[in-house]
Amino acid sequence: MILVQVIVGGLLLGAVYALFSSGLTLIWGMMNFINFAHGEFVMIGMYLAYLVAVAFHGGPLAFSLAAAAGLFVLGAALYFGLIRAVMRGPMLAQILSTFGLALLLRYAAFWIFSPNVVTLPHSYLSGMINLHGILIRESQLVVGAAAAALTIGMHLLLTRTAIGSQLLAVAEDRNAAMLMGIRPDRMQALAWGLSAASAGIAGALMAISFPFSPEVGGTFALIAFVVVTLGGFGSVPGALLAGLMVGLIQALSAYYFGPIYKDIIVYGLFVALLWFRPQGLLGKA
Amino acid sequence: MRRGTVALAAALLLYPWLVSGTGSSAFLQDMGANVLLAALGAAAWNIVGGYAGQISVGHAMFFGAGAYLPLLFFHHWQLPPILGVPAGIAVSLVIAVLIGFPTLRLLGHYFSMATIAVAELLRIIVSNWDLAGAAIGVQGPAISRGWWDLIFRSAVPYYYIFLAVLALLLFVTWQMQRSRIGYYLRSIRSGERAARSLGVPVRRYKLYALMLSATFTSLAGSLYALKTGFIDPESGLGILVSVQLVITAALGGAGTLFGPLLGAVILVPLQTATNTWFGGGGTGLTYIIYGGIIVLIARFEPGGLLELWHRHISSRFNKRAEARDAA
Repeated sequence: MILVQVIVGGLLLGAVYALFSSGLTLIWGMMNFINFAHGEFVMIGMYLAYLVAVAFHGGPLAFSLAAAAGLFVLGAALYFGLIRAVMRGPMLAQILSTFGLALLLRYAAFWIFSPNVVTLPHSYLSGMINLHGILIRESQLVVGAAAAALTIGMHLLLTRTAIGSQLLAVAEDRNAAMLMGIRPDRMQALAWGLSAASAGIAGALMAISFPFSPEVGGTFALIAFVVVTLGGFGSVPGALLAGLMVGLIQALSAYYFGPIYKDIIVYGLFVALLWFRPQGLLGKA
Repeated sequence: MRRGTVALAAALLLYPWLVSGTGSSAFLQDMGANVLLAALGAAAWNIVGGYAGQISVGHAMFFGAGAYLPLLFFHHWQLPPILGVPAGIAVSLVIAVLIGFPTLRLLGHYFSMATIAVAELLRIIVSNWDLAGAAIGVQGPAISRGWWDLIFRSAVPYYYIFLAVLALLLFVTWQMQRSRIGYYLRSIRSGERAARSLGVPVRRYKLYALMLSATFTSLAGSLYALKTGFIDPESGLGILVSVQLVITAALGGAGTLFGPLLGAVILVPLQTATNTWFGGGGTGLTYIIYGGIIVLIARFEPGGLLELWHRHISSRFNKRAEARDAA
C-alpha cells in the first residue's frame, strides 16, 4: 500500500515538473534557445505566492494566478529587453545572457528574502483523502491535477487555436510568417510570457506543499533539462510523459535508496540520455 | 603589442616588490596571488569556451577534481599534496572525455546543459561521500613538514608559482592560436557546419580543446587547494566556481589571449571590496553584480572589454598614427 502511495505521489509531483518543463520546451522548440534561468522563474513564482499570501492573505487560486500573471509580464519584458537582442548575437551571448540572469535573480532573492528556508504562512488544502486505503493529501491531488490540466491546456493552445498556429508559423519561418501578416516579435514575446507563466504557476503550486529558499531554482532547472531532453525538445506531450516519469523515478529512488539519491539518479539519467539518446525517447534521430 | 607584453610581464614580475613598501603589503600581495589564480582558471576555461566557442558552465568539475585530489592524498595517506596534482589532472581528463565524447557531436546548448548537470552530479555525490570528506570538506597539512608541502606564510611564493603556471598557459595558448589547431577552433566557433564541410575534424578538435582546458583548470584547482589548505563541496565544485571562471574570461574578452587576465584584474579587487564593505552579506551582493555584468556583456558587448578597447580607443590611436604618417 505504501508503494502505491509513493507511486501516486511521484506522478502527482511529476505533473508539476511537466508543467514548468513544457514552458522550457516551448522556447526551445520555437527559438532553438535554452533558458538557463527557467528554474529561477519557478523560484520567483514561489516567492510571489508567498508575498500574495502574506500581504493580501490570498488563497491558492489567488496566488497561483498572481504568480502566473507576474511571470508572464516578466517573460515578455525579458524578451523585448534582452532575448531579442542576444538572439542575433553569437552562441556565447545566448548562453551567457540567461545564465547571468539566473545568477542575478537567484542572488537578488537571496538579498531580499534572506537565504533561509520559508513556507507559506498557512497550510492550504491540508485534509487527507482516503482512496481504498491509499492516503493522499488534498493539496497533492489538487496541485497535480491542476498542473496536468494546464499542461494539456498548453498543448491544446499550441495545436488547436489560431494563436498556436501563429506561434508555430513564426517558429517554422520567421520571414514567411511576417509576410502572412503575423508579427513575429509579438508572438515570440507571447511565447516567453507563456513559458515564464508556466514556470511561475508551477512554482506557486509547489509552494503549497514544499518549503523553499532562493537556491531551489538550480534543482528545478536541471529537472526541466532532464524532462525536456527525455521528452524530446519542443514537444509538450513529450514533456508531460517525461515529467510524470521523472516524478515517478524520483519518488521510487527516494523510497528505495533514501532521499539523497533522488537527485543523483535523475541527473545520472540525464547524462546517460545524452550518451545514448540525445534526441529524447519520442524524438526522431 | 610586443612592447606592451614586455611591460606587462615586468609589471607582473615586480608587483610583490612594488607593493612591499606600502602599509598593507601582505594584503596586496595576497590579492595579487588571487588575481593570478583567477586569471589562470579563466584562461583555462577560455580555451574551450572562448577559442572553440563551446560554452561550459560546469568547469567546477575540473577545478574540483584538481582541488580535491591533492588534499585527499594528504588526508588518507599523509602524502605531500603536490603528488595528488597529476591524479587530479588524470581524473579531469577522464571526465572531459566522458562528457565531451557524447555531447560535442551535438550543437552548442547540449554541451552547456551536460556540463552543468555533471558538475551538479559530482557536487551532490562528493557532499554525501565520507571518503571525500562529505559536506565538511578536506583539510591539507596544518604545519609544513618540509618544503615539498608547499606551505608558505607569505603569499609571495604562491604569487610566483601562479605566475609561472599562468605564463606557461598563456604561452601554450599563444602557440595554439598561431598553429593549425587555433585556426580549426576558430572556424568551429564561427560555424560548425561550414567548418565540417571544409574538412575540419570538428569533433576531434573540440575534444582536444576540452582536454587541454580541463588539464589547466584542474591545475588551477590544485594550486587553489595548496594555497588555501582546505576544500569543501561548495568552494571546489559549486556552481559559483564555474561562474567565476566564465565571468572572468567573458568580461575581459572570451577567445583573446589577455582577456582572462584583464577580467581577473578587475573582478578580484571588486569582489574583495564588496566582501570588505558589506561583510558576510557581501557574498549575495557580489553575485548580484556578477549576474548583472554577465547579462550586460551578453546584451551589449559579447566580445568583452578588450574588443571594446580595440573598437573605440585603439582605433582612435591608429587613426592619429595614420594621420601623422600621411603628413
